[in-house]
Amino acid sequence: MANESLSYIFLNACLVNNFVLAYFLGICPFLGVSGKLETASRMGAAVTFVMLVSSMCAYGIHALLIAINAPFLQLISFIVVIASTVQLVEMFIKKFSPALFRALGIFLPLITTNCAILGLALFQTNKGYDFLQSLVYALGAGAGFTLALVLMAGVREKLELAEIPNVVKGTALTLMLAGILSLAFMGFAGLGG
Amino acid sequence: MANSSTEKQSTNDFIRGLWEENPVFVQVLGMCPVLAVSNTATNALAMGLATAFVLMMSSTLVSSLRSFIPKQVRIASFILIIATFVTVTEYIIQAISIELHKALGAFISLIVVNCVILGRSEAFASKNTIGRAFLDAAGMGAGFTFALLCLGAVREILGSGSLFGVPVLGTHFEPWVVMILPSGGFFTLAGWLLFFNWRKEKKKIQEKRAKAALAEV
Repeated sequence: MANESLSYIFLNACLVNNFVLAYFLGICPFLGVSGKLETASRMGAAVTFVMLVSSMCAYGIHALLIAINAPFLQLISFIVVIASTVQLVEMFIKKFSPALFRALGIFLPLITTNCAILGLALFQTNKGYDFLQSLVYALGAGAGFTLALVLMAGVREKLELAEIPNVVKGTALTLMLAGILSLAFMGFAGLGG
Repeated sequence: MANSSTEKQSTNDFIRGLWEENPVFVQVLGMCPVLAVSNTATNALAMGLATAFVLMMSSTLVSSLRSFIPKQVRIASFILIIATFVTVTEYIIQAISIELHKALGAFISLIVVNCVILGRSEAFASKNTIGRAFLDAAGMGAGFTFALLCLGAVREILGSGSLFGVPVLGTHFEPWVVMILPSGGFFTLAGWLLFFNWRKEKKKIQEKRAKAALAEV
């Protein structure tokens, strides 16, 4: 299982099994931050970065926990590492781009409870990827997340101008769009096999 | 007198989570497990119960520790408490049924990052007494399970023509494969939200009409 090629892993994580549209991970920011194209792409970049860092940490932690024979601590240590990584990214963004910091708002600390990141750490451990494979997997997942977010934001920006009946407005409309996007991504199923 | 008012408050704490502030249909929180494991009613029920269990246990513990946890590290402490109970739940499910454990997969561990649980710990349990926190969590848990069942039942009936694994629609029914696929989850949830929106709009129009009629008189 662990001898998949790097390009296969990347394509798989990015398109075939897109984290948002096939695994339903990271739906909260997907519904929340996808209103504007610019915010969406930056959010995607932030999530990708956190994914890369926490993927590396998760790999180390997993090896350590196996060595000291305490696999039941896996979940707790993963979540603590992710929370600290998010804190780090938050400080970093606050220092270098206050405008972006304001634009992301509450969704930056909420990356901590973004299932995509914890899900990534758990999946890579379950699949038994080595260090390089984990990194590529994280990169692919991040790219897939950004792609889904940007596509969604593009559609929603157009919809701002459309006339929509009151009943459909809000989350229901976004969910229907997500369903259609998800159907479209099904088309990638034969890729990278 | 005082007795009846506390009783009323407890019922309120419970009902609020189940209906008025239903975590899925009204607050739209905790979407990931809702969409991911609701492809059959059995999975949905198991996931709902597991989440409700974690919610009740962690709310109770958070509430009982609320005067000991410093404000600055409260989120981290809540997450740790929740992660502990999720680990316990994962081992319990594994002990009860390996099959179920396989079907739910990583989504059991992902209960940790369910916004509903952290949200209730932060917004309610950390400010209220143990009894109220427990009731609130029970209500929210019941509401969450109810919503999951609503989705799971629709998806299983349309997607495989059965309910809880028992065929209900007969052999002539051609299953809608799309309902079991990921996009089916999005569409079903959108459908339920549309239904609730429609009811709300209808109520609003009725109220407006009643008011107008009253004004005419």
